[in-house]
This record gives sequence, structure tokens and C-alpha cells, in this order.
Amino acid sequence: MEITNLSISEIASQVQQKKMSAHEVASAFVGRIEKYDSKINSYVLRNEEILNEARGLDQRLAKGEKLGPLAGVPLGIKDIFCTRGLRTTACSRILGNFVPPYDSTVIAKLKNAGALILGKLNMDEFAMGSSNETSAFGPVKNPWKLSHVPGGSSGGSAAAQAARLCAGALGTDTGGSIRQPASFCGVVGVKPTYGRCSRYGMIAYASSLDQAGPMTTTVEDAALMLEVMSGADSLDQTTAQVAVPTFFQSLTENVKSLRVGVLKEFMADEGGLHPDTQKTILAAVEALRKAGAIITEVSVPLAAMSVPIYYLVASSEASSNLSRYDGVKYGHRAQFTSLAGLSLDDFYKRTRGEGFGPEVKRRIMLGTFCLSSGYYDAYYIKASQIRRLIREQYLQAFRDCDVILSPVSTSPAFAEGARIEDPLAMYLNDVFTVSTNLAGLPGMSVPFGLSSEGLPIGVQLQAAHFEEQKMLNAGFALQQASTLKGQLANDYL
Amino acid sequence: MTTSKKFEAVIGLEIHAQLKTHSKIFSTDPTNFDAGDNENTSPVSVGMPGTLPAVNRKVIESSIKAGLALNCQIKKKSVFARKNYFYPDLPKGYQISQYDLPICENGSVKIHVDGQERVISVTRAHMEEDAGKSTHHGDYTLINYNRAGVPLLEIVSGPDLRTPQEAGEYARVVRQILRYVDVCDGNLEEGSLRCDCNVSVRPIGQKEFGTKVEIKNVNSFRFVEKAIEFEIERQIEAIERGEKIIQETRLWDMDRNRTFSMRTKEDAQDYRYFPDPDLLPVVLSDELIGKIKSTLPELPQARMERFGRQFGISESAAGVLTAEKEIAEYFEAVTAACDHAKAAANWIMTELLRELNQAQKAISASPILPAALGKMIRIIDSGEISGKMGKTVFQEMWDTGKDPEAIIKDKGLVQISDRNEIRRLISDVLLINQQQVADYRGGKKKLFGFFLGAVMKATQGQVNPDLANEVLLELLEEK
Repeated sequence: MEITNLSISEIASQVQQKKMSAHEVASAFVGRIEKYDSKINSYVLRNEEILNEARGLDQRLAKGEKLGPLAGVPLGIKDIFCTRGLRTTACSRILGNFVPPYDSTVIAKLKNAGALILGKLNMDEFAMGSSNETSAFGPVKNPWKLSHVPGGSSGGSAAAQAARLCAGALGTDTGGSIRQPASFCGVVGVKPTYGRCSRYGMIAYASSLDQAGPMTTTVEDAALMLEVMSGADSLDQTTAQVAVPTFFQSLTENVKSLRVGVLKEFMADEGGLHPDTQKTILAAVEALRKAGAIITEVSVPLAAMSVPIYYLVASSEASSNLSRYDGVKYGHRAQFTSLAGLSLDDFYKRTRGEGFGPEVKRRIMLGTFCLSSGYYDAYYIKASQIRRLIREQYLQAFRDCDVILSPVSTSPAFAEGARIEDPLAMYLNDVFTVSTNLAGLPGMSVPFGLSSEGLPIGVQLQAAHFEEQKMLNAGFALQQASTLKGQLANDYL
Repeated sequence: MTTSKKFEAVIGLEIHAQLKTHSKIFSTDPTNFDAGDNENTSPVSVGMPGTLPAVNRKVIESSIKAGLALNCQIKKKSVFARKNYFYPDLPKGYQISQYDLPICENGSVKIHVDGQERVISVTRAHMEEDAGKSTHHGDYTLINYNRAGVPLLEIVSGPDLRTPQEAGEYARVVRQILRYVDVCDGNLEEGSLRCDCNVSVRPIGQKEFGTKVEIKNVNSFRFVEKAIEFEIERQIEAIERGEKIIQETRLWDMDRNRTFSMRTKEDAQDYRYFPDPDLLPVVLSDELIGKIKSTLPELPQARMERFGRQFGISESAAGVLTAEKEIAEYFEAVTAACDHAKAAANWIMTELLRELNQAQKAISASPILPAALGKMIRIIDSGEISGKMGKTVFQEMWDTGKDPEAIIKDKGLVQISDRNEIRRLISDVLLINQQQVADYRGGKKKLFGFFLGAVMKATQGQVNPDLANEVLLELLEEK
């Protein structure tokens, strides 16, 4: 078997047992990136030091040192995570050549576990987008069909994973940014409970919604990565003081008597669900029923209102979070030929005008408007209230079921350029994913079916707060029944 | 003051007090004032991408302490909010502050002006972070972020102050209280205490407030008074000329003794406050509030009243001795050592505070320890040395830090209190001044002072003055 097709746990155990060197593994992935990424455009920066770092790991192993559960596992990192010494831009011009002097907590945990960084992955600018078309580094191509988008905002992570240009990828999910591209690219993507993973060092889009999560080929790999990434952090006071379960060890495909709720509102005909997607979801329900799960119908009436609520909350927070990019301390600064008569406002306007792309500007303006005096109560406060109700309705639904099954996206991946001119259509694409973030729940996408066009379709699973294990188990069971099994993205080959 | 009798001023103060903590409010950066430029910074305090605030518990505890000392209600739940505006010294493009849910509310402070007691309400006190400092150098500007993230407690008074003097006194009392509870060093030069003054005027008898003007960043209490005084006159003159007061922010120009306009309401900013999603609400237990309450020291007002009652000293003396907690404690320690409160009060107020003032020293750095001063007072009270000798001993103690007994021994400063010896000494003096004795006995009673002086001179001031007085009179009057 080719090195680049090995699972994360296989790589780690082979490296740990010195059957394979970390250097060998890293070289294999580096070679594959060099060979294929020009077609996909998933990496925006390569870690030039990875082979040296791999050698360093091998030397430590040679000395008898024991490495962590990700020994020698080469990962691709969404460019939203600050990585010490590696340029981090959130794929925006505004950050210019910013090189962080610190690692985000999640990166530090992965490194401590023995992981290596292949490079930084493409994404929608500041994670604002659902197609990876808003990146300052150009769009990412879907490895299943290069004319199509990989989804977003973690499009680079999903595409790199689908093309096996990394053993595992790190993404972030604010309104579906892990799950939707995972669905579009046929990989597993997990958005943990809000507070499960530290946000420290992860460039903020919408602080109350952002979470880091793994994007992998299999559910086992996702469980292993998530276990390493999780845990309370004194640098992020919104992390939860809860124990981290042994997600990987506890993983089981046994879903007998697991109560699976099918979300009524998301299966409604007027939802505009693509027939192939609908077929896939129904097949997934059947598969779980066959595996012994109890299927029930549950309702979260306000979930259908999630999209406007999400865009109000997320844009409001973003408008404030992105204020620090002002050209004063780091990143892009507009060049002025003459300073005569230049006002501070001119300085900000030119710098930010040049630095941010149109989608980011749109959300900054939307958010600034929502928070303005006279509109705050009607928009931000009202949205926050409805958000609380959505959370309550989900908690109610989880009294009757352990996991909720639903579509990830209204349709499989769409063609590049098809929606970028129509922001509303793009936003509506997030209808099934944003409620998870609004309620702070864990959610995941598991690849399950193929469209008539040959594009992968994922199934979304949600669980109650900190019940990732139940969700992962259901996902593991789905993986066994997946019709996608064995089929790999190959349009780039 | 030339304030027109037809108008009264309505004044409110916002005092920004720097809380005394080792590290900043949301990061572990140190807060020392003497650090080099941008030395006290980290990725968090300069707002680097992805960094997050983590609240310093000490800041919350200090705020509770200050709130309790200002008679505030401590809110069991308060919320950090973002105040959004762009300025280069504000690293994140927003300041983390508190808005609709501050930690302290509904307090009050008693002040005394011209013998009148007034109760000034403290509407609220909230926690926030300071910004950095810009310095402009011709065509470029430098920014020092050492102050960015330094913890502040903003204490907002009600519109209860009516005169510049009241405003100045209120600010002094708040400073005194904060220093008593040891949450702020009150150092105005280092910017540990800054004042914004809201001033409006209205015709006497009118209920509605006039249009208010905010004077920002006044950094001394004298300037608070001067700036408000200027502003009141400016507003009254404008109204009397038939002009309208514009709601605006003005700055105090200390060189020209006037305020000038910084920005008007038209360019007032919309700060777009909203709860900071990076920080959890601050939820406080009754236990914590109770625990902090139990650590509160006696506050200046209560201590001043007790000093009057317990030690029988005047109100003004009690005021001086309780101006700072350290002085009050020094006084009580001296009193405990000598059991003579009035003497202790006198020595501290007339001698010690003068010396400290001249040497620019805090009482905590006094070379004379309370026990030593108490001992000296005891020696004077025993009659071993005179009060006048005491001054010599005090000076020596101040200069050398030596024990009073040792100084008395070294200098041979022993008071002659033996009646017979005094009688003999005085007889000698009278013998060599027979003419004056005759004059005295002939009716020139004024000469008494002359004889006393001569006795003192002959004994180098070592004679007990009361006894000398008594014996001299006795000898002069016996014919």
C-alpha cells in the first residue's frame, strides 16, 4: 500500500515502531503535493522545514524516546491557524506576510502529539465563503471534478484531504465551513462542541461560533485527531472544563438502540433539496435502521430561520473582530506617495480598502450596520434571542434522540462561478449547517453517496453538547454502509 | 470666582483609576511604569491575530474591593463589552470595557466643603482596559503599547457636584478611598488616576440640565478645579451673550489655563457596544464578595470620626492624620507606644510631616519608626528631657535613625529637674544680676523673662522649664 493512502493511526504506529521513518512519510506527501497540487491549488504555503523536522522526530525515536499518538503524521493546516514561524494570512491580502511568533493552542497540541506540518491550506478569505472562491490566493478546485468548487470555507483542507495531499487536515467551522466542504469533497469533517477545542491563535471570524475541527479520510482518523486537539485552555476562557473522552478507543459501529432523529424541517420538500441529496439521506437513514438504530422524527421549528440569524450574529462579531487589521501593527499597509494632508481616516480607508476582498467588506458592513445605535436592538439583540430559542429547541429535540441526521448541503458541489455573483444564493446554501453553530452543538459530515454526476454527498450528524462520541459512532456505522467506500477523487490525476 | 449668581453648575466626574496589579487585565504582561518602550507587550496585548483575552482575577477582586469602599452594590453578574472605534493606540480596534452591566452600581461618597457635608452618588464603576500611548514627532508618530491592557476602574459620579471645589474634593476623597483599600496607587504624574469632567450650567431654579460639555483627561485635582471653573464661566458668558452651548468634548490646556474644543457631537462616534464573545460573563458568589468585604480596612471617614472620639483630637487634626492610611497607622502606633495621643498628633503634624514633605518621602519610608517617636514622647512626658530638647533629639533621629535614648546619652541631654539644684543655679544667676533684681522688686515685672532666659543660658537649656519658672518666681518674690 502506498504511504500516502495510510490512515493516521497506521502512519503513527509504523513510525513509532520504526517500520517507516517520519522522513519517508513526509517525503511521500511532499512528493504528492508537488505532483498534483498545481491542479488543485490547496496549499498557499509549504513548510520548507518539514523534512528536517521529520528527521528530528526520527532521531528522537532512535534515542528511544516515545512520541505521541500522531507520531510523524503530516498534516495540512487551514491558513487561519497561527503557526509559529510560518506565514499566516487567513487568505487575505490584509495580513500581507504576517508571520506569527506563536502557535495556536490546537497547533501546539498536534505538534506535541508528534504531528508535522506540511503547509498552510487555502480557504475563503477570513473563512467567509462557501465555495473557496473568495481567497486572495485564488479558488481551490474540487479533486472529484476540477470545474467544481470544493466548498468552503475550509475548501483547501477538504480538497487536499480528498486528493490525499495530507494525512489529515485541520479546518474551522463557523457556519458549516468544515462540514459543507467535507460533503463536497467526500471526506469526513467534524465540528466539535463549542468550547471543546481552544480558539487561541485561530484567527477569529465570529468568536461565539468558531470551532476548530479535523478533516480526514475516515471517521477513525477524525476521532484520533479530535482527541488530541480537545481540552480546556487557560488562554481561551470559552473552552469548557470537561474531560476529553477517548474518542478513538471508544469508537464503535454498534448503533443498536441508538436513537437517531430525522430533522423534519430539513427534509421538507420546499427546502429545495437536490434529489440526489435527498436519496442519499434516505439511504443513510435506512442503513442506520438496518444496523439496529431506532429512527424517530424530531423537530426544531426555528432551525429554518437559522440563515438570517447566523448572518446577523456572525457579521456583527466579524465587523469587530476584523477591526484590528488596520495597517498599524502588522500586515498590509497602503503605500502613500505623499503624506501631505493625509488623515488617519484616509490611512485606514486605503489600507483596509486594498486589504479586504468584496465578501469580507460586505460582511463588515452588514455587521457594522447591525451593531449601530438605532438598529442594535432590532437586529443583534433580536438575533441573539432567537439564537437562544434555537438552542433550547435543539435541547428539547435531544430528549427524544441521541443524534440528529440531516443533509449537509442543499446539493452536491456546484460549478465554480455559478453562485459567486449571488451572495444570497450562496448564503442559503448554509441552511442545514449554521444552526449547529448557533446552538453550539457538535456536528459532522460523513461521505455516504454519489450524485448522478459522480460527486460525493455527505450526511450530517448532530449530537447534544459534548456528546461527540455518539455522533462519531453513528458516523462510523454510516461509514461501514457508505456506497462511496473505496471510491476516491481522481479528476486531478 | 466670578460665577454669576443667576446660574448654577451641574458637574459629574468620570475617574479612571489604574488598578494596582502585577499583570494586565487580559494578559500576563507586567504593568510596571518604568519599563522600556513596548517592553510590556505580548501578542495578546498588541492584538495579534487569533489571540484572546483571559481575565485577570485580581482585577475583579480589586474592583469588588473598590466598589464596596465606594458603598456600591456589587453585581453578581456583569458583562464585558466591546467599545468599537479606530485609533492607532487601540490595538484591537475595540476597547474591552463594560457597558450595560457594570460590576458596581449605586454607590456614594461623602465630601466636606466649607464645613458642609455632601453625599455624592457614584452611579457606576466598571472594569476596562487602557489603550497605548501615541507620541507625535513631526511627520511620524510612535506608539508605545505598554499601557495597552493595563486595568482601569472607571468610576462615574452622578451629576451631583455643583462647584469646582466640590468636584476637586470629590476626586480627592475617591483617591483617598482607593488608596486606603490599596487598589490604586493614585499616582497622578504616572497617569494612575485620570479625570473626565462633565460640566453644564442652568439658571438657578431650573430642573432640566443644560447642554453638557465633556472635558477629557485632566490629570491633576488642581486642574480639575481650574478647568471646571473656566468652563462654567465660559458657558455662562456664552448663554448671557445669547449663544447656545454645543455638546462637545473639550481638552484642558494647562499652559493657557483654558479648555478648547476637541470634537463636537456631530462627529461623535457610534461605539457599537456589544457583549464580548471572547469572555464569559463575570459571575460572583456571595462568598467571594463577603470574603473581600471582610478584608476591607476602616475607611478614612470612619477613621477620622473615631480619631476625634477616641483620642480627643480636633477634627482638622483627625483629617490630617487620616489623609492617608499609612499616616493614620503611624499615628496609632506612636500613640500606642507613648499613650499620649495629642503629643503624638503634634509631633507627627508639625515635625514629621514637614520633614517628610521636604524630603519628598512617604511616611512608610520615614527614618523615624513609630516606636522610636513614641519612646521619645514618653521620655519628654517623664520630665527627663524638655520638649525643646525633644526637637533636638527628633532632628537627630531624623538624620541618623538612632534610638532616642542613645541620642540623649550621647549628647548629655539630661534635664535638670532637681529642685535644690535649680534653686542653687538660679541663686547664682540672681547674684550676678543684682541691679536687675532690684529693678524687678521695684516693680519692673517684665524682667522675669530676662531672668528665665539667663537661667536657660546658664544651663544650656537643660533645666526643666516649669520648675525653673516656679523656683525663679519664688526667689524673686521673697524679700
